Amino acid sequence: MDKKLKSIAQKLAKKFDGQLDDSLEQARVIVPSGKIVELCKELRDKHDFESLTGFSVVDYHPQTEPRFHLIYQFRSIAQNIYLEVRMELNGSELLVDSVTGIYPGVNWYEREAWDMFGIQFEGHPDLRRLLMPYDWEGHPLRKDYPLGYEEVQFTFNYDEIAKRKPSPKE
Amino acid sequence: MTMLEKVDVTLDELRHLVSDQALTGDTLLLNMGPQHPSTHGVLRLLLELDGEIIINCIPDVGFLHTGIEKNIEAKTFAQAEVMTDRLDYLNTMGNNLAYCLAVEKLTGLDVPERAQVIRVIFAELQRIASHLIWLATQALDLAAQSVFLFCFREREIILRIMELCSGQRMMTTYFRPGGLWRDVPVEFEEAVRDFIAYFPKRIEQYEGLLTKNPIFLDRVKGIGKMSKEEALAWGASGPTLRGSGVDFDLRKAHPYSGYEQYDFEVPVHEDGDVFARYMCRMQEFRESLKIIEQALDRLPMGPVRSNNRKIVPPPRAELGQSMEAVIHHFKLWTEGYDVPKGSVYQKVESPRGELGLFLESDGGPKPYRAYWRTPSFNHIQLFSWLARGHYVADLVAIIGSVDIVLGDTDR
Repeated sequence: MDKKLKSIAQKLAKKFDGQLDDSLEQARVIVPSGKIVELCKELRDKHDFESLTGFSVVDYHPQTEPRFHLIYQFRSIAQNIYLEVRMELNGSELLVDSVTGIYPGVNWYEREAWDMFGIQFEGHPDLRRLLMPYDWEGHPLRKDYPLGYEEVQFTFNYDEIAKRKPSPKE
Repeated sequence: MTMLEKVDVTLDELRHLVSDQALTGDTLLLNMGPQHPSTHGVLRLLLELDGEIIINCIPDVGFLHTGIEKNIEAKTFAQAEVMTDRLDYLNTMGNNLAYCLAVEKLTGLDVPERAQVIRVIFAELQRIASHLIWLATQALDLAAQSVFLFCFREREIILRIMELCSGQRMMTTYFRPGGLWRDVPVEFEEAVRDFIAYFPKRIEQYEGLLTKNPIFLDRVKGIGKMSKEEALAWGASGPTLRGSGVDFDLRKAHPYSGYEQYDFEVPVHEDGDVFARYMCRMQEFRESLKIIEQALDRLPMGPVRSNNRKIVPPPRAELGQSMEAVIHHFKLWTEGYDVPKGSVYQKVESPRGELGLFLESDGGPKPYRAYWRTPSFNHIQLFSWLARGHYVADLVAIIGSVDIVLGDTDR
């Protein structure tokens, strides 16, 4: 692994009380929830990470503490390195600070995370559903959301099927 | 809630995105799409117009959402690859490449040299094919219809080469973890060499039709300007980033499949407007041809699949003679192969930019989570401020220049 990347990852893990995982030639820093805004500010201002290129969520249901991992992919073109930060999130919290103020490009990624996993972002300017219809119920990419094998609902039997339809548990 | 009592979308939901004049009716709210020839798919743009000038542009996606990420979680690693073709349907080989590289990294599979070189040839052919669609539609949106027809004619040659090797024109699934589906047929090299000899003249023809055409230049210069800082903050990548003066190409910066062995340039333009992005892509045609030619010259003989029978299926010829092969074949086709626990973020340079696959395995035969970081998803966000202050007709040029694919966006 790149030496510069390793030293940044170590510093970050120390400062934010996290662990460093460098398997498969990648740098990952696993941090507890909270402080993501400070972390992003630190990375952008002190370590030259200009972009947050990717952001997604992994659901570890039925484990609840932590239930989710929020995965931030930082990119630094100046130093030519990528850094992954995984933030743990308990199933009971579901409220995270938005980082749109620091990296505006993460806007839609956070909307997608709300749409697909039901995680809310505090301070997001426009937190609406992105890919699913606006009146959709549930958050499809959660592990307790059923995949298919459902009866098709038509206008005449919508209510009847809705009664026995499996639904995600909140 | 029953189906009949659905809520109507009112302006209330979008009030924070439009100006106050929209509420009094001084400005006009207009839907562009989802069924519109210039939105390159099912993209809906809600425009707030003052006369013909765009004050606000609100992109709305999701019409092509097919739940590929959720579906991949229910399939084995071998089955899931077929879904990756359907993401960015103009860059099928590139999607396969990202997926195969990620699985290879997780399992520690080796890929023979011949397979690596053929992968590079196809990735670059696919880049040319994708750029041809971009050029065709960009020109068509700006009313140059003959370029559209020429580009589709040339793309057909590439699609025929793909059909020759994989049996499919578009949804190829030709790359497999550990190598390729099969070796290329003997006609392959001649077909590609013919194309390399034929295509430079065509690029000159496109350039003659567009690059120095004053009508075209009037429509593209100074439109949709994006500065270097904005491009970086919004996470742009690919030609959209390079058009704003940032020299970053994953093939050079983080080489995969042996890209470090090829000699090619990365075109960069400083202006950040539609014309700069146009020039970047036009020059990439020639760079891709250069890579293909070098790859053909070095194409070594040898196997095209890894010998690791626990993951790569045995060749058909072995099945009649070896009991081991039959067992492996049966195991691979019934339950698939287990991938060690871990996660990987694999990024490749797709024609549109950085295509990243975050693949996590829990040690079983199915992916635990597959997340596609797609360039089009990222780039459609840009329209919300890139279009501001331009005419509706210029928005069409901006959409074309960013080169979006809605299958890539909605997944």
